Amino acid sequence: MNKVTQMLLVLTSIGILAGGLLAMVSDWASPLIAANKKAETEAAIFRVQSEGKSYEKLNNAGFEVYKVMSENSQVIGYALVYEGNGFQGKIRLICGLTEDLEKIKSMEILEQVETPGLGTKVTETPFTDQFNQLETSPTVNWVKGVEPENPNEIQAITGATISSKAIVAIINNGISQMKKLRDAGGLK
Amino acid sequence: MKKQVTLWQEYFKGVWENNPILIQLLGLCPTLAVTVSAINGLAMGLAATFVLVMSSLLISSIRKIIPNQIRIASFIVIIATFVTVVDLVMKAKFPDLSKALGPFIPLIVVNCVILGRQEAFASKNNPGRAFLDAVGMGTGFTIALLVLGGIREIIGSRTFFGLQVLPDQYEPWLIMILPAGAFLTLGLLLGISNMYTDRKKRMEHESIIAHYKRVGREDLAEQLGVK
Repeated sequence: MNKVTQMLLVLTSIGILAGGLLAMVSDWASPLIAANKKAETEAAIFRVQSEGKSYEKLNNAGFEVYKVMSENSQVIGYALVYEGNGFQGKIRLICGLTEDLEKIKSMEILEQVETPGLGTKVTETPFTDQFNQLETSPTVNWVKGVEPENPNEIQAITGATISSKAIVAIINNGISQMKKLRDAGGLK
Repeated sequence: MKKQVTLWQEYFKGVWENNPILIQLLGLCPTLAVTVSAINGLAMGLAATFVLVMSSLLISSIRKIIPNQIRIASFIVIIATFVTVVDLVMKAKFPDLSKALGPFIPLIVVNCVILGRQEAFASKNNPGRAFLDAVGMGTGFTIALLVLGGIREIIGSRTFFGLQVLPDQYEPWLIMILPAGAFLTLGLLLGISNMYTDRKKRMEHESIIAHYKRVGREDLAEQLGVK
């Protein structure tokens, strides 16, 4: 056999076999991966809206937000998933808001690639618990080195100031988007 | 004539005397990046071992039909396929682990331990030996990553496999779970392993000299001694 044809033949057949195998594995894995992701979001929604019993995605919002209902299908608030830039990459978080958007019920970081040991402290409870019952008007603020005095302030973590600031900024952006949506009547 | 190597040696050379991390210094990028905890090191090691074993077996069995000019391309396609399989399976079955290892699983594709073994061993030997070689190299890689991750986790966050092993009074050394800690730990590990190897070599050398002296060949002993 000609060398060139052999080269073509071997590499092509390796490619075809590899592609076939991957298609099979992907076929098997993608529903599982989607289910994992859905379960994860669902668990996160009910963690930030602890009295919630059911939820419904607002499809026309332009970003990811869920309306959360209590047992007797009364709307008790929203779960807002929003992302923005952190210190090294995207930070994605979920934030439970009251129905009037004036208070954060609680907040959780879903995805981040911050510096291990420093920036990743923003995912731990001493930091995230600061957001429980935090007021959102006019905006969420951060302070550094001193105890927060106002009901809309949190304390940034020393050594993770940029990550802390990034999270405050993401939350503020998200909430202002929510308020815009409410004013436009999109939350009905 | 080809040197005779027993099957056990074929396996064990990757674990110690030709360890991919400690001796060959291959695949350092994932080694340094993921070993912030013992579980990460273990998972990375096992994932890389799986890819290494599967690729070695396959490449060794089709080594005779792959033309020399396209061997690297073929190796990469085969390795990339197995890596993607591992990535998808981990995402589907172990989402937490897959999240922790993040982008480093896809990066196994360019792990030079794997490509290096295909080029240096699997493409020249039969599948049986390629399998042993791959398992050995994988074991060595996994052990090195586990040790590295274990040390960094204990000193850097006072836990081992997530269990607290050091008292609360101990302030964790943050630097150990930052990239700098990886370099420090790896450097010290390399130093220790070199020290051990050196001492072993010297002792062998001295025992040969002693043997020559015992059998009365002072001239040969002296020759070795001055070397």
